[in-house]
Amino acid sequence: MSEVKKIATRESYGNALVELGKKHDNLVVLDADLAAATKTGTFKKVFPERHIDCGIAEANMMGIAAGLAASGMVPFASSFAMFASGRAYEQVRNSIAYPHLNVKIGASHAGISVGEDGATHQCIEDIALMRAIPGMTVINPSDDVEAKAAVVAAYELDGPVYLRFGRLAVPVINDRPDYKFELGKGVVLREGKDVTIVATGLCVASALEAAEKLAADGIDAKLINIHTIKPLDEELIIAAAIETGKVVTVEEHSVIGGLGSAVCDCLSANAPTKVLKVGVNDVFGESGSAAKLLEKYGLDGDGVYRSVKAFV
Amino acid sequence: MNKLELQKTANEIRKGIVSAVHSAKAGHPGGSLSATEVFTYLYFEEMNIDPANPKMENRDRFVLSKGHTAPGLYATLAERGYFPKEDLLTLRHLGSYLQGHPDMKHIPGVDMSSGSLGQGGSAAVGMALAAKLQKKDYRTYCLFGDGEIQEGQVWEAAMFAGARELDNLVFIIDNNGLQIDGDIADVCSPYPIDKKFEAFNFHVVNVADGNDFDQLKAAFDEARATKGMPTAIVMKTVKGKDVSFMENNAGWHGKAPNDSEYEQAMEDLKKVGEALCQK
Repeated sequence: MSEVKKIATRESYGNALVELGKKHDNLVVLDADLAAATKTGTFKKVFPERHIDCGIAEANMMGIAAGLAASGMVPFASSFAMFASGRAYEQVRNSIAYPHLNVKIGASHAGISVGEDGATHQCIEDIALMRAIPGMTVINPSDDVEAKAAVVAAYELDGPVYLRFGRLAVPVINDRPDYKFELGKGVVLREGKDVTIVATGLCVASALEAAEKLAADGIDAKLINIHTIKPLDEELIIAAAIETGKVVTVEEHSVIGGLGSAVCDCLSANAPTKVLKVGVNDVFGESGSAAKLLEKYGLDGDGVYRSVKAFV
Repeated sequence: MNKLELQKTANEIRKGIVSAVHSAKAGHPGGSLSATEVFTYLYFEEMNIDPANPKMENRDRFVLSKGHTAPGLYATLAERGYFPKEDLLTLRHLGSYLQGHPDMKHIPGVDMSSGSLGQGGSAAVGMALAAKLQKKDYRTYCLFGDGEIQEGQVWEAAMFAGARELDNLVFIIDNNGLQIDGDIADVCSPYPIDKKFEAFNFHVVNVADGNDFDQLKAAFDEARATKGMPTAIVMKTVKGKDVSFMENNAGWHGKAPNDSEYEQAMEDLKKVGEALCQK
């Protein structure tokens, strides 16, 4: 296999904003002194007048975004996932989501793959927080192709959207001519009959790797990429659960409240199925390189392979 | 409107506030009554609005950051013709569009949902910023409680507004001096309020009597004439104004009058109205 191209989805975010900004005058980008890291700096270089740096004040940034949206603009409010969903949670809930304002939240540096900065900056609760809010759309793209498509889809949707991006460069896995992003629709990346792996974000690449290893062991895994965690593609997940009888969810997020919980919510009501939730097991992260952390927390290809193998 | 007409209108709005909160058996009369003149002045004099077209694109915007005083805003909007006055009696009732705190999705004339203290200022800043970005000339007004400015987000918004020189933005502080737990100076003093806003690069107008229309007019005229910086109007008011037993009483921050208290309150307001008719 040739060398796989790797791009961090935060880079994709910055690049997609530039393309969207060329087409839409009402798009504005907000940041809270992290433009270099969230990659909205890419947008700032092209459209300095439409890039608003709010300083280190995420709560205020979310409120400003609400006011801009209430005045007909489409703001992309950007920060690290920890601060966008955590620090500013109540502003997102009350000022943005309750009035269902057209604000897009671009949250970078999600999950433990933030790496060396450690637990204070490794947000593993954001999916849980955001999907609990009525009317919030939650998207966690798996690679560059999907991330760019998700930014476009978020712009086109009228309503609040939480977009989750990573710091780490991840393999481009969706670079194919027939790729199409459909909000709320899961993507079957591999058919299989023994178990269904439902993965999101950078864990989709880990799950792909795991599925190949499982195949070598004679375990035929179906793999679904869920980029839209809310609204969840329930139909696809229910059908897969019935088809394979066992489900494993994989996410770079706490096992409490994230994709795994969303899948369990869906299956317990519609097709009770044994589910293994692979994620961060109710602990904080720590400092280390992203690769070593993913390995330690069992979220790399090997880790997912071992978990699924033990489960089936 | 001349001053007397404004005073009579404010008196009618106060009756609406007391009736709505009595009907709801819950709500916040004290801070609604302290801010009645500023609500009246904004909606009957200052702001470019059209009750028949509440979403008019270039309308002036108002954000009630102290959203618990929704009865004051609702009674004003009803008096101005945004919706029927009799609907005020459905306040806080199940199924009513008049939610306990302002809901922009369902209430004609409400420009921003609010209620969680400290958040309205940021939304108002966003609206003022949108006007600058889109080269529109509408103005944005935001009303805060004096206790509310204990919230840190107010100062994040103020720092941004000052830094961005948003001269199309007016913050109004209703300094009635009382919050739920008592005197604001005792709970956690926000004083000096004027100097704080000055330090955040606001032009500050102190209003000695925020229940006086002449002083309000002078303040809003000064704000309109101020260029290159936002304005903060810090106005001294009387909490529970014009209802004898509610005046300057923190106990009436968030409590509804019972039937006999309601009768007394309406009698007080009737007398104020009659006195105005003698003028």
